[in-house]
Amino acid sequence: MRSGIIAKKVGMTRLFMEDGKQIPVTVLQLESLQVVAQRTTDRDGYTAVQLGAGIAKAKRTSQAMRGHFAAANVAPKRKVCEFRVTEENLIEVGAEISAEHFIAGQKVDVSGTSIGKGFAGAMKRHNFGGLRASHGVSISHRSHGSTGQCQGPGKVFKGKKMAGHMGAVRVTTQNLEVVRTDAGRGLIMVKGAVPGSKGGWVTVKDAVKKKLPEGVPFPAALKSAAAEAAPAVEASEGGEA
Amino acid sequence: MDIIAQIEAEQIAALGKTIPDFKAGDTIRVGFKVTEGTRSRVQNYEGVCISRKNGKGIAGSFTVRKISFGEGVERVFPLYSTNIESIEVVRRGRVRRSKLYYLRARRGKSARIAEVTNYKTKNDA
Repeated sequence: MRSGIIAKKVGMTRLFMEDGKQIPVTVLQLESLQVVAQRTTDRDGYTAVQLGAGIAKAKRTSQAMRGHFAAANVAPKRKVCEFRVTEENLIEVGAEISAEHFIAGQKVDVSGTSIGKGFAGAMKRHNFGGLRASHGVSISHRSHGSTGQCQGPGKVFKGKKMAGHMGAVRVTTQNLEVVRTDAGRGLIMVKGAVPGSKGGWVTVKDAVKKKLPEGVPFPAALKSAAAEAAPAVEASEGGEA
Repeated sequence: MDIIAQIEAEQIAALGKTIPDFKAGDTIRVGFKVTEGTRSRVQNYEGVCISRKNGKGIAGSFTVRKISFGEGVERVFPLYSTNIESIEVVRRGRVRRSKLYYLRARRGKSARIAEVTNYKTKNDA
């Protein structure tokens, strides 16, 4: 199991393919994505990597987090996430992950915080059908209707679908195809929609329900490693030397 | 320029298509690639452009209406579709709407569109 990544949702567009097909894609961007800490079995009882993404102002970062980033020798990050990995897939602290972490054609699971809809009725929230437009229905055209039986149970069962707060929860969309990656600008294009609004943070992981294809980099695609292969393109980002 | 606009501009450049200046009311001929089994050929589709949508960008599309064997047929083409071989303007029409959906209810003489003889191309640089 290798690490996922943190990315920012940029927006959606479409790609025209040679065979005349159009593919709707969501563009995700990697913003100075670095390993901030490691979790190891001896110290923490499990293995994981903690990644940080984005650029935060130091003065708006709490003292505690400043110390945490300083220990890793990385710039303050906007978003910090942990990804469980197996021991051989641990990445060195300070290493910067590139967009080539995923390859085209691979399936990924993308998680993010969905757009909040506020207090929503049963029709919008649970796709209820509502009541009839005519035939004596008055005022309650969009209501949910009955919520249960009679004196039998004498109560509304727990978990009954009703109106309430909708959205702004963590949602995972599974098995989205990676259409293209652009390491230069740190872009990943994923087929289809991704939860959350533009500018929101999402995490991208290898799909749990699909087999990993051949040629996926282990433990991760690192920027400094790519710079070594093509020298003097990118300054080495600590750790990997 | 934001990243989405950048990607779209790059893609438009990569597709390398020249889209003629046309708008609703113009009669146009679209050369559309059709694949039949393994053979592919170009099929011409000629009719009145009754709407253009979503601008000149990568998401743009246009609708072409024609009367085929007495039956009205409409086709929507993406502006930058790789299946489109060519777009030709056959005739410039004078219309006062951007969407000519009223043509759907009309037949024959009332569905005619006057021609513009002194058409000036817009200088969009």
